[in-house]
Amino acid sequence: MSFLPHTRDEEIAMLEVIGVSSPEDLFRDIPEKLRLNRALDLPAGLTEKAAWDVVESLAQKNKNRGQYLCFRGAGAYEHYQPKAVHHLLSRSEFYTAYTPYQPEVSQGTLQAIFEYQTSICELMGMDAANASHYDGATALTEAALMALDATRRKKIAVSTLVHPEYRETLQTYLLRRGIELIWLSAQDGLTSLSQLEKVLTHNEVAAVIVQSPNFFGSIENFTPFAELIHQQGGLLIAATDPLSLGVLASPGELGADIAVGEGQSLGLPLSFGGPYLGLMACKEKYVRRLPGRIVGKTVDRLGREGFVLTLQAREQHIRREKAGSNICSNQALCALAATIYLALMGPQGLAQVGQHCLEKSHYASRLLAQLPGVSFPFSAPFFQEFVVKTQEAPAAINQRLWNAGILGGLDLGQYYPELENHILLCVTEMRSQAEIEELVRVWGGA
Amino acid sequence: MEKLIFEKSVEGRQGNYLSPLDLPEQSEQEIVPAGLKRKKAPLLPQLTEAEVVRHYTRLSNLNYGVDTGFYPLGSCTMKYNPKINEDAANLAGFSQIHPYQPEESVQGALELMFRTESYLSEITGMDAFTLQPAAGAHGELTGILLIMAYHASKGQLQRDKILVPDSAHGTNPASATLAGCKIIEVPSQENGGVDLEALKQVVGNDTAALMLTNPNTLGMFETQIMEIAEIVHQAGGLLYYDGANMNAIMGYTRPGDMGFDVVHLNLHKTFSTPHGGGGPGSGPVGVKGCLEPFLPKPVISFDEQKQVYSFEEERPQSIGRMKAFYGNFGVVVKAFTYLLMMGGEGLKEVSEKAVLNANYLQKLLSKNYGQPLPGPCKHEFIITPPETKEGKINTLDIAKRLLDYGFHAPTIYFPLIVPETMMIEPTETENKSTLDEFAAAMAQIAEEAEKNPELLHDAPLDTPVSRLDETQAARRPVLRWKEEK
Repeated sequence: MSFLPHTRDEEIAMLEVIGVSSPEDLFRDIPEKLRLNRALDLPAGLTEKAAWDVVESLAQKNKNRGQYLCFRGAGAYEHYQPKAVHHLLSRSEFYTAYTPYQPEVSQGTLQAIFEYQTSICELMGMDAANASHYDGATALTEAALMALDATRRKKIAVSTLVHPEYRETLQTYLLRRGIELIWLSAQDGLTSLSQLEKVLTHNEVAAVIVQSPNFFGSIENFTPFAELIHQQGGLLIAATDPLSLGVLASPGELGADIAVGEGQSLGLPLSFGGPYLGLMACKEKYVRRLPGRIVGKTVDRLGREGFVLTLQAREQHIRREKAGSNICSNQALCALAATIYLALMGPQGLAQVGQHCLEKSHYASRLLAQLPGVSFPFSAPFFQEFVVKTQEAPAAINQRLWNAGILGGLDLGQYYPELENHILLCVTEMRSQAEIEELVRVWGGA
Repeated sequence: MEKLIFEKSVEGRQGNYLSPLDLPEQSEQEIVPAGLKRKKAPLLPQLTEAEVVRHYTRLSNLNYGVDTGFYPLGSCTMKYNPKINEDAANLAGFSQIHPYQPEESVQGALELMFRTESYLSEITGMDAFTLQPAAGAHGELTGILLIMAYHASKGQLQRDKILVPDSAHGTNPASATLAGCKIIEVPSQENGGVDLEALKQVVGNDTAALMLTNPNTLGMFETQIMEIAEIVHQAGGLLYYDGANMNAIMGYTRPGDMGFDVVHLNLHKTFSTPHGGGGPGSGPVGVKGCLEPFLPKPVISFDEQKQVYSFEEERPQSIGRMKAFYGNFGVVVKAFTYLLMMGGEGLKEVSEKAVLNANYLQKLLSKNYGQPLPGPCKHEFIITPPETKEGKINTLDIAKRLLDYGFHAPTIYFPLIVPETMMIEPTETENKSTLDEFAAAMAQIAEEAEKNPELLHDAPLDTPVSRLDETQAARRPVLRWKEEK
């Protein structure tokens, strides 16, 4: 299949205008020694139908969530996506546009981003949001960079209950910057506040990073962390699941200076981990340190309202090596999906989804509690995920569930060696009473 | 203009996607402690689905995309995005799989990633690829971290300087800084090529790498690349290839053969995945064998005996993770689909026609516009505004007037080393008539610049809004809607 338009006659006419006899003449500047004097060793090109057969057969080798019941989250969540989200994203005026460098012909993208920034600020309780980052992990990481720059300090305190892959990403980015990471341990499923108290001594810590709901699903209270770190002149970076914010207090209300999160739960498919959506918002004071694109409202020559990319003096294409971040392409289309999702759900819809997640996950935990050998190591309140301690090996339980068409929880032992025989289970609004009961029945070996 | 969606909201209106809670009993006590409960609902829009659909459909009508028309944005490779790509990524077997489901149940996804890596390795002449980076700049950061890990493994901790030509994309120096390196800017010659003498003076035992785009950002092939590679390698540094311009050379030459040690590609440029209004992209990074141990984890491996693909997490020398999970997988599916359709010969033809189109358009525009560099160019070229009796008309005015003619503007004021430049990249999917029409519009604009320059200063006239006040936007930032009190 080719997407090349020229007829033979057209090509001859074009070559004549250029003044060469063949297209090969246009590649004579490539030194002979560097020319690839053989064909690329790739499979021969296919027709559209033949290519479709290949991708379809590869897709069929995967088991999709329509073929099993999903009780696994751990940073990627199955929620309901209203069909209209996908239909609107399929408008090619949106998806085939570039970054809106020419605002006069990009008002659609720009206004949608402005609406996105507004919705994210509303959810997070913040003053400004950027137009998106790659994902929750990189958003959290760049928030840490913001705090390091803002305070000119060299230490960051991070909860060990932040998603393990987010923490690894943070470590990779900070690898060569001489930054000390202080790990805050867990206590009853929540981040240890007393440990933070101990390490905050000499006004040296740039920020503390806490996630809520945390990796164990528990709802953290950001406020005491904010109070402690603020006394020391540092920042609180709050990572959150935006879907929980219909029912949970916003990071802004609880004292966060920068709020980040993974936006996949807002209308994006699981898609094997990406493309997802990095949310980033902050209080007024830090706006000019936000990385990435930001859209602002202004007026045109006739005084009509319109939108442009703004505060670009922060960015790499202007500041080059002095820029605070290198981000250029972001996840704009995913941000559009989240904007549409939030508009479709509205405040009541979002609160309702949150309520269902709360109630259904707690219903599951009450049923599981009746099984022998099952216990709950933590008493902290949780949103849609919780940790279950088992006597039986998690691998055996999960294999039994999988054989019955159920994707069980995550075996936490892989991530936290001290939590051998612990499972992180996720129950969202998608699961019905019958499905939850089915999980518990098979779990129990019946 | 369209009202903001918040201004259309009516209290109490809503779509209804959830059934009432179907549980036999609910929690006896409030689950969420009082202090952690949301007290004031977020001010999200309250509308029916029909209203939301109409709103965003109308917004889409204010946009210009590749499907709308010619989009000659230099360095961005705005080629046609085949529709099959979208359907492929939307297959349930790709879009509805969890990143942590058992490996045995995602063999198709792993095979697709593994095959994509091997195709990209062949196209670029590298030994191994990672698909983890989410965008070009993310790939650059990954690549520089790999280079630094390599030097560290050799005990060469003093190598912390990254050489970057002054014609480079802004992301190059920004990415290297983010990786904790220091930047040394290398001056370019007039054709954008690296000044060898200047290069020789700055390389040394503190050189970590040179970052280069080839063809360079002026659309010219760097003919001295072998000499450049030798100078850098002799000094103990490595060569980094910014793949933004890969569309020019596929099947003709390969970065790996030119001496590059690390490359990043932009799947959203060369490999036909759409740009989404700014993203998601995908910026895979390829390396020569000596850098392979440092690749981000996990890497995908294939057990030929068992015919099983798996994620390898045990990578003691890995730089770590660049993001959560495995990259922008959905974007990779689109590029894979494109690669299947193209094959090796098809990709060579892509580059051939991309270069043909650029040279043809360059020739057509040479009648009216300044051409700082003689052809032939590769897949893109630069021009400058015509001389008029009033002096030069500026590039911004020409770009804005082009919008009135129904075209997207080229990249403007980049590269920085040529003042008032316009960088034009037509891509291979544009037909001769479109190029002719674009050239005719540019000729007419040149004439308008002479006869009626005011028209250009006022442009655009036929767009949903006219020129916007960017100074006011930055001086008094309004970054979100607020309810009027």
